Amino acid sequence: MTAETSAPRRRRRTVRIRRALPGLLMLSPSIAAIGLFVYGLIFWNLRESVSGRHDEVSPFHFDKGRNYADLWHQSSWPPAVRHALLFTAVFVLGALLLGAFLAFLMDRGVRGEAGFRMIYLFPMAISFIASGVVWRWLMNPAPPERAVGLNQLFRKVHLGGLANDWWQDPHWGMAAMAVPAIWQMSGYVMALYLAGFRGVPEDLREAARVDGASEWKVYRYVVFPQLRPVTLSALIILGHISLKVFDLIMAIAGKQIITYVPAVATYVEVFDRHDPANGATIAGYLLFAVALLVVPYLVWTVRAERPR
Amino acid sequence: MRGRWKAAAAITLSGMLAVSGCGGGDKKSNDDASKVEVFSWWTGPGEADGLAAMVADFKKNNPSTQFVNAAIAGGSGTQAQAVLASRLQNRKPPDSFQGHAGAELLDYIKAAQIEPLDSFYDQNDLRSVYPQQLLQQISHQGKIYSVPVNIHRSNMLWYSPAVLKEAGIGGPPATIAMFITDLKMVKERTKKIPLSLGAQWTADHLLENVLLGDLGTDAYNALWKPGADWSGPAVTKALTDFAEILKYTNTEAASTDWQGAAKDVVDGKAAFNIMGDWAYGYFIGGAPNGLGKKLDTDFKYAPAPGTDGTYMWLSDSFTLPKGAPHRAGALAWLKEASSKQGQDLFNPKKGSIPARTDADKALYTGYLQYAYNEWHKPGIKLAGSFWHGVNATKKQHTDIDTAVGLFLQSKDVAKFQAALSAAAKNSGQ
Repeated sequence: MTAETSAPRRRRRTVRIRRALPGLLMLSPSIAAIGLFVYGLIFWNLRESVSGRHDEVSPFHFDKGRNYADLWHQSSWPPAVRHALLFTAVFVLGALLLGAFLAFLMDRGVRGEAGFRMIYLFPMAISFIASGVVWRWLMNPAPPERAVGLNQLFRKVHLGGLANDWWQDPHWGMAAMAVPAIWQMSGYVMALYLAGFRGVPEDLREAARVDGASEWKVYRYVVFPQLRPVTLSALIILGHISLKVFDLIMAIAGKQIITYVPAVATYVEVFDRHDPANGATIAGYLLFAVALLVVPYLVWTVRAERPR
Repeated sequence: MRGRWKAAAAITLSGMLAVSGCGGGDKKSNDDASKVEVFSWWTGPGEADGLAAMVADFKKNNPSTQFVNAAIAGGSGTQAQAVLASRLQNRKPPDSFQGHAGAELLDYIKAAQIEPLDSFYDQNDLRSVYPQQLLQQISHQGKIYSVPVNIHRSNMLWYSPAVLKEAGIGGPPATIAMFITDLKMVKERTKKIPLSLGAQWTADHLLENVLLGDLGTDAYNALWKPGADWSGPAVTKALTDFAEILKYTNTEAASTDWQGAAKDVVDGKAAFNIMGDWAYGYFIGGAPNGLGKKLDTDFKYAPAPGTDGTYMWLSDSFTLPKGAPHRAGALAWLKEASSKQGQDLFNPKKGSIPARTDADKALYTGYLQYAYNEWHKPGIKLAGSFWHGVNATKKQHTDIDTAVGLFLQSKDVAKFQAALSAAAKNSGQ
């Protein structure tokens, strides 16, 4: 009896394996590569962060994660965190609002939309390193007699009051640092939102209009509520870019405390200070911060994609 | 642009070398002199020419040794040192690498990545041709680990005669107190920058000069001994002066590097700038790498305030890594780098003076003649430049840089001094 039932079952299993095998074979190189180069290195980094190795010679000595607390006593770390948070807040909000606004204007219909779309998207094609060099000059805080860049421009058009210290302001400098990043990424956010706007069926808007909704109300109550997934994706994408920001800062300011952020700190700890444990600990914090954003998002998308 | 291409070529080349070094099992016995791979960051104008001249002489003296130039671009060797660190950790050292002489090499010494060179010094009779103070200051626990090729001077004041005249200042200040008075005069009487400053590291450079000027050579040198005390009133005074001097610097400092800051002086936009003597080559050199300015009309120089009679030095040197694949080749290279001939070929092009005392004086003209005379002046005192790697470990170096960066914002002297004391305690020296 068992022989009778197990034979077809076995056959079914072979069929299933045969069907899955090519796919598995196709994927296995990337599974191996991701396993090694992503998860393997994450593990290695976490191991290094608890290694207690504050120079390159000491042997591994498990410190029970104490370094994650000790790091806060290092004078350069709290400012780095503060800078990253300020930068993230200004950059994410700025890029979201500007991107949504641009997309809104596009959606209202402008002549030569394709041209504008290109212009707004172009900055994204430039690397932060290249645009950083230009922004470094644009955001120079020299006094009137030596003014260059934006400050000079403001003075020439009699808006001298707008001239400011940009990123060299000791308190809010990192907000200015977000300006180039907003410039660079708002086009991308615009593209996301524009796709979102276009995805809202015309019937819905029509129905709202028939019910007597003003154009503003159509957007407020019909279109925008449908864009929540777009906003969330944009938030995640911008958020993780902003927490990891490195090249923009290095191009504009280099390794200076006034614009110190965690990614720069990692570099300085490992290559300048020769302190692998601190570098790995900061990288660990960065990973946690990004995971805090990404993991809920992944959970949410998996749930949303599951057939109802 | 050309520099970028060069950099790209250098990186590609060194990458290829690293790969070939991994694959080719050409690890013969230690007395292999068939080849020598020399790692440096001399790729810029002047320094690359100097290296080429020294290499040509090396090839003449060692015709059977193939010379491989593994230079990686980047000022002060920041990029090169990152590459070097990974090569050393993977136990694929070059045969010899460049490093600032002194405590900057301490990490390599502790990691047992480089060998002591005392027997090399003895065999080649080098102890008598280098200044005694220099050998003392580069020794670690009585052993010498590197061969200095050149000497740069950190404590140099560059000034614009035109701006000084406009402010009614007769000449360069001799003390820190006079310096502060002069800065004040420039600020009150002209619209020029009293003291031009660049990015954060140039403030570190300024700090070492103010410390030396205020404390004097012996007290300054004592700051870098193990267990040094940074909490005394003399240091407080120096740091207070440092804070005062910073009041007269340009607001856009953080947006420029040393070149921009130095250029302000020769362009007549600033009165003073304190920078190492590599600025001289930048001032007088022709385009595109230099400014083509004239000494005495566009700029003048003097020792940094309060430091006359002291040579705050820094030096590029070569080392012998442990497990160098071509040890005999490396020793031949070190012999070249330590020779009178090699140093006299290299230094006039690099814009520095030889570390040896018996160099050919006639080769050094203009500022270099002044530097040469100062280096050889009887009774000259030597002090090591902490920022340029002589007497601070990389940890202390970075920690001081952090303290300076925080101080530039807070201007809190007490906190600053506490941070410097802590940096000295944690230096691992």
